[in-house]
Amino acid sequence: MLLGKVFCLFAVSIEVMIIQFFQRWVSSLLQLGVCGALSFFAIISSHAQFRIEVTGVGVTQIPIGLSTFKGEDSAPQKISTIISADLERSGQFKSSALGAIGDEVSRPDFSALRQKNLDAHLSGSITRLADGRFDVRFRLWDIVKGQDLGGQSFAVSPSDLRLIAHRISDYVYEKLTGDKGVFSTRIAYITKNAGKYHLWIADSDGENAQAALTSPEPIISPSWSPNGTQLAYVSFESRKPVIYVHEVASGKRRVLANFKGSNSAPTWSPNGNQLAVTLTRDGGSQLYLISSVGGEAKRLTQSSSIDTEPVFTPDGSAIYFVSDRGGSPQIYRTPSIGGPVQRVTFSGNYNISPSISPDGRFLAYISRVNGQFKLHLMDLNIDKVSAITQSVADERPSFAPNGKLLVYATQIQGREALMTTTLDGRITARLAGQNGDIREPHWGPFLKP
Amino acid sequence: MKNIIFVISLVLLMTGCASNVKLAEVPVEDKAGAAVSTDNALQPKSSVTTVEVSKLPGMDPGPVGVGKLVMFDYDSFVIKPEYQSLIESHAKYLRADAKRKVNLEGHTDERGGREYNLALGQKRSESVRKALALLGVSDSQLEAVSFGKEKPVDTATNEDAYAKNRRAEISYR
Repeated sequence: MLLGKVFCLFAVSIEVMIIQFFQRWVSSLLQLGVCGALSFFAIISSHAQFRIEVTGVGVTQIPIGLSTFKGEDSAPQKISTIISADLERSGQFKSSALGAIGDEVSRPDFSALRQKNLDAHLSGSITRLADGRFDVRFRLWDIVKGQDLGGQSFAVSPSDLRLIAHRISDYVYEKLTGDKGVFSTRIAYITKNAGKYHLWIADSDGENAQAALTSPEPIISPSWSPNGTQLAYVSFESRKPVIYVHEVASGKRRVLANFKGSNSAPTWSPNGNQLAVTLTRDGGSQLYLISSVGGEAKRLTQSSSIDTEPVFTPDGSAIYFVSDRGGSPQIYRTPSIGGPVQRVTFSGNYNISPSISPDGRFLAYISRVNGQFKLHLMDLNIDKVSAITQSVADERPSFAPNGKLLVYATQIQGREALMTTTLDGRITARLAGQNGDIREPHWGPFLKP
Repeated sequence: MKNIIFVISLVLLMTGCASNVKLAEVPVEDKAGAAVSTDNALQPKSSVTTVEVSKLPGMDPGPVGVGKLVMFDYDSFVIKPEYQSLIESHAKYLRADAKRKVNLEGHTDERGGREYNLALGQKRSESVRKALALLGVSDSQLEAVSFGKEKPVDTATNEDAYAKNRRAEISYR
């Protein structure tokens, strides 16, 4: 087994099965990979709720050694294992488990770690406090330069230990790659199982899913508010599509739009003050703006065709949307205060489900090519379009808040699944649902610490 | 009106009244946990409370012996001539009593995006709505909605199944 910084000239398939044991502890991670050759995997079966598979390898992977956190064995969550899985899943790290060496104050044996070809080292501790909370501390080291890259300490309730592990992953990711990590963000998605629909909120690794809503009728189009505390979605529980806004922590929800006809495709403005929605109250599917507290809806588009799937640009000044005013569904753009409508997609005769990257530079969407629905990425600066997936039944892409990943729904061997991918399509991870079909993901925002 | 009852009953559910709706088999962790005050100010961000929705009660059966389905060709929302008498029967039933209300529910086959298909289904229900309105049914008795591809009658992925799913359902309230 080769460790250390490896430059791989071809894409290699590495399968990593990470299985979460229900509620108590995380199973160990087994992974083998050899550049340019075979890959094989180990399956640990359990009462798993979720499986994550990672395929594809980036050009460089940072080799990092992770110590078991001191005190981790008797803690409810194996912090170092969660961090290892996070970093592996980004495809940008190769992690080695170092066992129980060191904590957040000890200095690592630099030369020994350099012998193992490691560039970085993370260690820490977790201690139960008298009031039942846990004290979690860590320190990150640059092994090459022999430098301290800093550390943090937290006091948290047991139910937030997974979140703290993800925050530490974010810290490591940001210090070593320069980009903000998304490990402590959440993804909303929907499952359909035995005639019941669930709206789930899960960690970015698919673990720890909790149901925000269960219903005997369909739920579609979940959309996170910019501050991550609310979800808008469409529910068919009253036998027609109605838009709700739902406060996730409390379960309090209210009807945002139940006008005559269908109400759907909610999307939040970047300042959280209003939503763009699709209403059919005036006869056809058209775009309207409505305050996030509800009330009157102001019509935004004026066409006799279908206008739907609005999404705001990051500065809120414009809205991209789908319209078939040209004869087939294409993506258009209009100022959010109303005004001229400009066509954006020109190749293919079926382009839908736009999503804009947080820096406004990329448009992700679904394009039908030879009868197959495939995720495409358009660089808006240089007008270049690429198909970035191997799958053929892609739906509803959504950017991660650091703009480096997309989550989307697709089908693998006839079953619905969620995938994440880097923008170049090289590093993908699958979230495979075990209970029913899984669809309609939406990636939540960064949460304030 | 039904929506208000719903909101109230959901609020009651949340205040801990007994529910006769079975919880999902997959366990849900209720994380309305202890507040944490630390200098890192970490509140339990993992807190999610589950809301359960139950099924609506049954409805008016509509005119006896008259079909409730209008089928459509691929990519079309045009009502074929063979459905003319079905639509006339419903129009007659609705004109007979202004208190009768009907939901026209448009559906598509499973190919394509969910929201775009919702809009396509809407065009089908709109066609039926217009046909009924032209026959003298009052606007206040009619509501055209769409289920898009969400409620297929046949989930197979072949042309037969697709044809069965491209429909508008006339559903009395």
